[in-house]
Amino acid sequence: MRILVIEDDPMLLDGLSAGLGLAGFTVDAVATCEDAFAALETHSYRAVVLDLMLPDGSGLDVLQSLRRRRDATPVVLLTARDQVEDRIAGLDAGADDYVGKPFDLDELAARVRAAARRGAGHASAVLEWRGVVLDPAGQTVNAEGKPIALTRREFGVLRALMERPGATVSKAVLEETLYGWQEEVESNAVEVHIHNLRTKLGTSFIKTVRGLGYRLAEEQA
Amino acid sequence: MRSIRSRLLTILIASTGLVWLLAVAWIYVSTQAEVERVLDARLTEAARMVNSLLAERRIEIALPDVGDLPATEFQIEDPSYERQLSCQIWSLDGRLVGRSEHAPGDRLTDADNGFSESVVDGETWRVYAIENVALGVRVMVGDSMAVRNRLVGDVVKGLAIPAALILPFLTGVIWVSVRRGMSPLVRMAESLSSRSATDLRPLPDENLPEEIAPAVHALNGLFRRVEDAREREKSFTAFAAHELKTPLAGLKTQAQVALASQDGEVHENALRQIAAGVDRTSRLVRQLLDLAAIEATDRTPELQEARLLELVRRVAAETLSAERRVRIEGSEDASGRLDPVLVTLALRNILENAICHSDGQVSVSIGETSAGIEIVVEDEGPGIPVDDLPRASDRFFRGRTKCSSGSGLGLSIAKEAVARMGGTLILRNREPRGLSAILSIPTLTE
Repeated sequence: MRILVIEDDPMLLDGLSAGLGLAGFTVDAVATCEDAFAALETHSYRAVVLDLMLPDGSGLDVLQSLRRRRDATPVVLLTARDQVEDRIAGLDAGADDYVGKPFDLDELAARVRAAARRGAGHASAVLEWRGVVLDPAGQTVNAEGKPIALTRREFGVLRALMERPGATVSKAVLEETLYGWQEEVESNAVEVHIHNLRTKLGTSFIKTVRGLGYRLAEEQA
Repeated sequence: MRSIRSRLLTILIASTGLVWLLAVAWIYVSTQAEVERVLDARLTEAARMVNSLLAERRIEIALPDVGDLPATEFQIEDPSYERQLSCQIWSLDGRLVGRSEHAPGDRLTDADNGFSESVVDGETWRVYAIENVALGVRVMVGDSMAVRNRLVGDVVKGLAIPAALILPFLTGVIWVSVRRGMSPLVRMAESLSSRSATDLRPLPDENLPEEIAPAVHALNGLFRRVEDAREREKSFTAFAAHELKTPLAGLKTQAQVALASQDGEVHENALRQIAAGVDRTSRLVRQLLDLAAIEATDRTPELQEARLLELVRRVAAETLSAERRVRIEGSEDASGRLDPVLVTLALRNILENAICHSDGQVSVSIGETSAGIEIVVEDEGPGIPVDDLPRASDRFFRGRTKCSSGSGLGLSIAKEAVARMGGTLILRNREPRGLSAILSIPTLTE
């Protein structure tokens, strides 16, 4: 799940990239409003973690411009200003959640997941398809009650597919989801992950839609 | 005397009393002169009258030629003279030939003619004598000085008694009116003393008496300043808390990453970040304390005679890491009376800023101007965009080309420290690149 983190403190930004990466997110990290605008215009993110005090403006400006463009990407505000009135102002400006500094990394990850889930219209925290249960928080996958060991990328591909059951997800979207800016994408990486997933979950679990991408296969008739 | 009311009362009563006393003295003197003049005229007139009565034989006396008869007592018809005036008629050869009813038996005066004063039977007399050669008599009319003095005394008493009676009344009137005059002050004091410590609303300043208005305005000004100081302190605390939360969040996040990660590289990076983060946070804390020290309103500059070159060298040595060198130029004997703590704070923060933003040469030059000293710190960094220059020394303002350890406080600390010393900090971009920070600090050279 690809998310954008906007935070000007270099140590915190580095920690967020590493920490949210460990929690299963693909993290793009920027430190200024300007970079944030550029990132938001060129990529689509499942969620945005936004610091309010930025060197070249307020995070609220980023949030408001996002909402003006009718972009409903869930936004979690991250700020040291966590007085009630600040939180109200942030939420009213269109934020989905508000986390005060200093925070617990796991809690932040959970809140980002929850925001992303709501943004995608899911009510349940776990994703389920034909006996396969994916828990984004625990980063675990069970098939018929038995745990399946997946790599981080495999988990990411499976989650991307399971979040939109029945929809076809293109290879490009999957790559976007899996890899941040700094990471180099090997040309056949997605194919390799799909292949591995089929080995672990059964060949008929993921269907290739030729020329378009992949989708979860319907119940076998 | 602490009470304005008693002081006013004393002054008013004392001056009223004094004016009255002076008036009494004045009236005493002038009345005396006047009384003397009028009564002398009366004496003259009475003597002349007796003389003419004698001439017209309307007073029967034994004339000198009659021989040695006992002196006749006669009555002057005008009763008002009777009590106060005494009249004697002497023959020119020295016998008393007649006298008024209560006149003394002894001769009133030895003078032959005109006015004189004499003491007869222990009583002082003012006497007018007139000689009637035709009748061979001398008429003497005398006034008892005691009577005269009583007259003057009566006039003065007539003045002093009402004064003595009026004075207590006047005291009361003054007391009440001073009290009424002071009532706006009392009301002000009451409204102030009933306030809570946090209530710094200005006092109402409409319809104030002219005398109290300046005090109220000054007080309201003080309230405003106290309120401002308190606001500053509040916002400072909020700022400090806010600024500390971000590095704390960073530290915590990195610690959690280090705990969670199995990957050796991630693990190590997180720990390195924590170590650097602690350094940076402690520097931030130090800067916040510096700022608090500068802002402390009760701090008075401690002026010391300082040799500048030495001071700059010491600050540079404390600020720099071993591999960074700063070129320091200036005269060995540049010195002045200044506050070394504030100079150190300002200089250290400017140096840190220069070193943070510039990999190249940083130089410090010390100069003396007519007003004081000038320290110029120059770097070869990117400078500050023109748009940002006015804001560069605002608190927590961080430029876009920020150095990773910047807190946004350095230049604001420098600016405030310099302002505390009554000096100025000017930031100017250099050509072709770099920033020059000019500290002008007034000194008292000895």
